[in-house]
Amino acid sequence: MIPTVGYSHYLILSAVLFTIGVFGVLFRRNLIIIFMSIELMLNSVNLALVAISKFTQSPDGQIFVFFVITVAAAEAAVGLAIVISLFRNKQTTAVDEINIMKG
Amino acid sequence: MWHSIIFWILATLCVGCALCVVWQKNPVVSAVFLVGSFLALAGLYLNLSAPFLAAIQIIIYAGAIMVLFVFVMMLLDLHHPLDLYFRFTKPKLPKAIALGLFVWLLCTLILATAFPLALPESSQGFTITQIATLLFSKYAFPFELTSLLLLVAMVGGVVLAKKK
Amino acid sequence: MLSALLLFPLLGFLINGLLGRRLPKVAVSIIGCASVFISFATAFYLLIDFLQSPEGWREITVTLFQWIPLLGVDVSLKLDSLSLLLVLVITGVGFLIHLYSANYMEEDPSLARYFSYLNLFTFAMLLLVLANNLLLLFIGWEGVGLCSYLLIGFWFEDPEKAQAGKKAFLVNRIGDLAFLIALFLIFTTFGTLNISSLKISEVAPGQLQTLTMITFLLFIGACGKSAQIPLYVWLPDAMAGPTPVSALIHAATMVTAGVYMVARLHFWYLLTPFSMTVIATVGIVTALFSASMALFQNDIKKVLAYSTISQLGYMFLAVGIGAFSAGIFHLITHAFFKALLFLAAGSVIHALHGEQDIQKMGNLKSKLPLTHIVFLFGVLAIIGCPPFSGFFSKDEILWFAFNKNPLFWVLGLLGALMTTFYMVRLFTLVFYGSARKESKDHLHEAPPLMALSLILLALLSLGGGLIGVPHSLYAFFKMDNFLEHFLNPVFIRQLEIIHEGFSEYGLMFITITVTLATALWTFLTFHKHQGWAEHLKIKFSKAHTVLFNKYYIDELYTFIFVMPVKKSSEFLLRFLDKGAIDGTLHGLGKITTLSGTGLKLLQNGNIQTYALGLVIGTLGILLYVWSMFA
Repeated sequence: MIPTVGYSHYLILSAVLFTIGVFGVLFRRNLIIIFMSIELMLNSVNLALVAISKFTQSPDGQIFVFFVITVAAAEAAVGLAIVISLFRNKQTTAVDEINIMKG
Repeated sequence: MWHSIIFWILATLCVGCALCVVWQKNPVVSAVFLVGSFLALAGLYLNLSAPFLAAIQIIIYAGAIMVLFVFVMMLLDLHHPLDLYFRFTKPKLPKAIALGLFVWLLCTLILATAFPLALPESSQGFTITQIATLLFSKYAFPFELTSLLLLVAMVGGVVLAKKK
Repeated sequence: MLSALLLFPLLGFLINGLLGRRLPKVAVSIIGCASVFISFATAFYLLIDFLQSPEGWREITVTLFQWIPLLGVDVSLKLDSLSLLLVLVITGVGFLIHLYSANYMEEDPSLARYFSYLNLFTFAMLLLVLANNLLLLFIGWEGVGLCSYLLIGFWFEDPEKAQAGKKAFLVNRIGDLAFLIALFLIFTTFGTLNISSLKISEVAPGQLQTLTMITFLLFIGACGKSAQIPLYVWLPDAMAGPTPVSALIHAATMVTAGVYMVARLHFWYLLTPFSMTVIATVGIVTALFSASMALFQNDIKKVLAYSTISQLGYMFLAVGIGAFSAGIFHLITHAFFKALLFLAAGSVIHALHGEQDIQKMGNLKSKLPLTHIVFLFGVLAIIGCPPFSGFFSKDEILWFAFNKNPLFWVLGLLGALMTTFYMVRLFTLVFYGSARKESKDHLHEAPPLMALSLILLALLSLGGGLIGVPHSLYAFFKMDNFLEHFLNPVFIRQLEIIHEGFSEYGLMFITITVTLATALWTFLTFHKHQGWAEHLKIKFSKAHTVLFNKYYIDELYTFIFVMPVKKSSEFLLRFLDKGAIDGTLHGLGKITTLSGTGLKLLQNGNIQTYALGLVIGTLGILLYVWSMFA
């Protein structure tokens, strides 16, 4: 018998996806994969928002998701541009080799 | 009933693809899995009666943003041996502890909050008209601001990626 | 009209101050002089206007703008007979001195700076006398103090002169502080600083004590500005400035601000006999004390400086006994003859290329005939020889003093005799006898502009007394006391005196006889025997030493006030400043450096470490939320 699915399930799923994203950000060396993990985190939050929008019967949550997608698009554009110029200077996309901000 | 079945299928698919994204050696493969994850999420949105979001999830995320990623990967020469053989960075232990604590606390909190188990079957969700009305009335100013943000991002992207 | 009086000197200051360096020297001089002259012409026009209107109408009040509405402080000007007279003196004598300066300072490289200061001074002084508000008056008061400082230290390359400027500023500061406290008291007691409102406001009997306090504090302020005991020490040192400055600021105008202030606020002084007594006493004591110090000074300007303090003492004596118009009369005539004396002395100094020691002068009569004549006029005026201006004003003060208290008269006469002695001594040593300086050749008489202003001032010193001819001499001069009538509407009440013919004539006779006898005796003695002073010096060596060293007052002040301040400053420097403050600051710097070195390790440049920080931060927030649930 399949258990009945409630809001908690959606939120737990969102938390799990978020954690996977955090894992990617914390552990991966490749800058592009880190970026993808960030997108994953953003999407997990979107999922939570949509679920809560449904729960509260209010469309505001969906509007928020819309804005988050816009910001994500902007962030991806700028971020990838930074990756390109970094790669052009350092010939690498490994984060542990990029530490020019070291104090 | 169908709702639950669809949820379990899509959730499994989504988490599986997400794990592959962070586990894969080759970023191009990761990107493909990420598209899969996004598609599963779009299905979940449909399941939550948000068809508009499901549509833009597919168009913008799975379409535009992922294409951007793939383009960038093609621009860069990613077949560096070190990148392929050392996926993870050191040190691992403190990060793992922090991450473990994080996921545990998050789930505890969600479970501690008493959400009603059943989703209201009757609700039909919101139509595109409703969302658009809201977007152009209550959220008109933030909406206009996002256009500015996109413009800035565009200019920023051009300036950063331009060769000196 | 009133603002025009103020506007032109201010304009002159701005033009000369901002653009003066780029203008040719002639233009600078013309702007400097013309601005004051326009003011003078305006004031003269107003005087004619006043004379034509009936007595009750001789007052103009103009409110330019609101300044501090919360305190009810407006920038408002008031012209009445008293301030008009002062304005005429300031701009009239001021103009002549500007004219004189155009020649005297010709060679100076910073002529524009000089003229801009001079115009600023004129502006501030006019503001002081025209202010209808004590706060505005205070601004003028401070403004003249500032200009005085700037002009005393005009040749600031010489540290001694810069030092003199500082001394004047600091001593004035003591008086100004008292003045400021008085302003606070006035505001808390009466709720306004407007002079016109204060004049008509009722004083409850219970407020008399506060009022005595106020008037006393105001007088301390006047002591600082008008160089009375105990705050007179700055004025002799102020002679470090250019001579025309000494004439304008330290003889004719600024130092009389205290007298003006007392006359302006006479309605309070009349209610507080204690302060009046203090003023009269301080006045007469200062008159005698500084006259005695002038007796054996050898610096031509120092003698004149001490004589200025002494004459100011007479003015304070007059206002202190309630004879306000007599005090103002002496203020005016003193402005004429003291400006003349200073300018003539400046002419001598100019001719001798900066020599100021009268022991080294002598026999200048034939070399500088014009200067000799005008100096003679000045001397005759100051010693009170009829019909020179000083005679009328000094005699009036002495006559009032006699009626108040004969002791004041005796002391006043004694002071007048000392004045006669030192002035005639100065005159004789400078212009008669044999020349005692080696380089006798390059002597040159005053250039045209200097000569012109000297002649005009000499005429004023001669005829200035006619504005205040005493009633008893009506038969002789066919003129009544113009000044007293003119000033009458301003003062609520003055010292009433009955003009009894005999005693007034008698006193007048005694004064003239004794003064002229002293003058003649001094002249003959010093003329015949220049070394006579040396003779006296040996005979009364102790007294001479004390007088010559000015009673060691400066040394005393140094010992009592300056040394403790210096010592405590040194203490504070060593322990508080170097130890505590510097220690704290250096300690803070070290802590910052050390913590920076430590925290630098966190800043390793690795994004993932930063991301870990983010995760840990989020953990903290989650823990907090969780603790709210549990």
